[in-house]
Amino acid sequence: MDKVQQVNTTTASVTVIRPPKGWIPINLRELWAYRELLYFFTWRDIKVRYKQTVFGFAWAIIQPLFMMIIFSLFFSTLAKVPSENIPYPLFSYAAVLPWTLFAEGLTRSSNSLVQDANLLQKVYFPRLLMPISGILSPLVDFAIAFVVLIGLMLYYAYYPSVMMFLILPFLLLELLLATGIGLWLSAINVEYRDVRYAVPFLIQLGLFASPVVYPVTFVPERFQVVYGLINPMAGILEGFRWAILDTKPPSNLLIASVAIILVILISGAFYFRRREKAFADVV
Amino acid sequence: MTAMNDIAIRVENLSKLYRIGQFAGYKTIRETLTDAMIAPLRRLRRTEDRGRETGDSDPSNTIWALKDVSFEIKRGEAVGIIGRNGSGKSTLLKILSRITAPTEGYAEIHGRVGSLLEVGTGFHPELTGRENIYLNGAVLGMKKTEVERKFDEIVAFAEIEKFLETPVKRYSSGMYVRLAFSVAAYLQPEILLVDEVLAVGDAAFQKKCLGKMGDVTKTGRTVLFVSHNMAAIQSLCDVGIVLNNGKLTNKGPVGEAIYYYQDLLRHLDRSILQSIRGMKVLTIRTTPGSNMNMFTPDASLIADMDFYTEYRLTKCYMNFIIEDSEGRLLIHSRSDMLDIWPTFDPGLHSVRVEVPRLGLRSGVYSLWFRLFVDSGEVTQMADSERIMLEVSGPQAGGLVDIPCHWSWT
Repeated sequence: MDKVQQVNTTTASVTVIRPPKGWIPINLRELWAYRELLYFFTWRDIKVRYKQTVFGFAWAIIQPLFMMIIFSLFFSTLAKVPSENIPYPLFSYAAVLPWTLFAEGLTRSSNSLVQDANLLQKVYFPRLLMPISGILSPLVDFAIAFVVLIGLMLYYAYYPSVMMFLILPFLLLELLLATGIGLWLSAINVEYRDVRYAVPFLIQLGLFASPVVYPVTFVPERFQVVYGLINPMAGILEGFRWAILDTKPPSNLLIASVAIILVILISGAFYFRRREKAFADVV
Repeated sequence: MTAMNDIAIRVENLSKLYRIGQFAGYKTIRETLTDAMIAPLRRLRRTEDRGRETGDSDPSNTIWALKDVSFEIKRGEAVGIIGRNGSGKSTLLKILSRITAPTEGYAEIHGRVGSLLEVGTGFHPELTGRENIYLNGAVLGMKKTEVERKFDEIVAFAEIEKFLETPVKRYSSGMYVRLAFSVAAYLQPEILLVDEVLAVGDAAFQKKCLGKMGDVTKTGRTVLFVSHNMAAIQSLCDVGIVLNNGKLTNKGPVGEAIYYYQDLLRHLDRSILQSIRGMKVLTIRTTPGSNMNMFTPDASLIADMDFYTEYRLTKCYMNFIIEDSEGRLLIHSRSDMLDIWPTFDPGLHSVRVEVPRLGLRSGVYSLWFRLFVDSGEVTQMADSERIMLEVSGPQAGGLVDIPCHWSWT
């Protein structure tokens, strides 16, 4: 079945080709067989990203850093948004960082299939690899921008502790959420290019609908679960702040977020698989 | 070995329906919304069917790119797929490579498949030659270790040693295709699907590519090969499949299939032609008398074609034809236009064409004769075997090399 699978001549593998019918689950074995290609797609995106730029990987720092500076200026100095007694630059950067990763992953994965349309039409591989590599490649930027976070923490005398490792589960949740939405959007984008215009707009809206520039306590206690359902990034960002700055641990808002992330991820995977067969004809 | 084990590819009633709208490219949501308002019922049905890609049932909006195609290919066979543009050749390869799904029917493939529908798929202009070899190898289904093992051979075959660390966007188009083909040439699946990729590079490289393809077919791999270059198909394949308007119309030994295809193109009666045998270009030579198949644009050419006929052929005329590797007709000399109408009695005959100056650019060409017999109501036609002709000279672009005299004041 798998192209990559090593085969000896006596026990040849058999590929069966039939018209697709109904809902098809994800073929994890096939994905595993193609892991090297996923690596190469991701590697390519990382390599190519800052080619022919003067600042190169510095862009990974410049973007979140300037967002943080502008937010500190407007929301803290001018609008006096409270930040749970944490220096506002640190408070906002701790959320800008995961938010940038999310926004970048979403942009890249939703455009992934369209961008490599030629590949879709000429070679077979599990199409899932493309949106997934779009989610993974911004992790490099994230890691670079993370260094600035450590710098800020040292500057404000918030010394990193073992608590920091708690960002890992939240990072995973975030990647799963981005993958879920990325699967939906990339598959829709193949047929409807509106997605290309909608995504930057949705990301801007999302930034202000998420607790990036303000604390989650801005939302009244009784609406918290609803908030977590509508905006699953809320629970994740709270988790990041908690792990980095030891703020209030995420509550049932997080449970709501996790539930909705699973729904988006699973439905996205099925939707993607259903559309997949027609990608090469439609894109 | 049982009979089952001999089969590499089995295809049963394979069909592919395209909605013509799908060819028109993508739509915006607004268009879909307007569609939905204009024809709510049709839209509904289409949405429902889209998953299966059967499209709507209105036949004017659909086209069968492939219809009820069935065949079996044995392990180790090299099969040429022949047909005009739009006959379904590429659709067939796309379905077998799992790029697109069939609408109906069934296919099974026994063995690891590699498909090569285009050279250089996945090349990224910003990456270096070295990086692209790895990337392209991975895209074509090679393991990293496999690419590493063959890396030096790939680089040597492409002749780009000096430019390994240069981004491929700085490559000349010749270097680019050489590198692209070389990676593909080292793909070693059990079953190889190839779509018209040999018409790349200059003459010398094309010859190398053909040689490489020949090696692949000799090592007992199953190859499905689409090309418009009949000379290449003839020299590489044992079996030919002819597709016409999405249907399989002939399958047989490659010579027969090519014959059938050319016949199909001209809708000809074959009765007299069957009596003409052994139409063969026996010799081509350059002026000094050397019998090499390598020419310069300035060379003169003498081609002899021999054949045998059982019947007396009256009012014959001949064409002498040279096509380039993409099937473009470059030289088409017609004896009827020179008012030459020979008669051939039963027996062996020889026809000679002399070209004082070849006037072709570098490349690989195929050359053959065509004999027409005018029997009153219908004109019948027979083609000789094709032979390959290689021209090498300065690269100057353009299709032909015609002497031009310059002057200025």
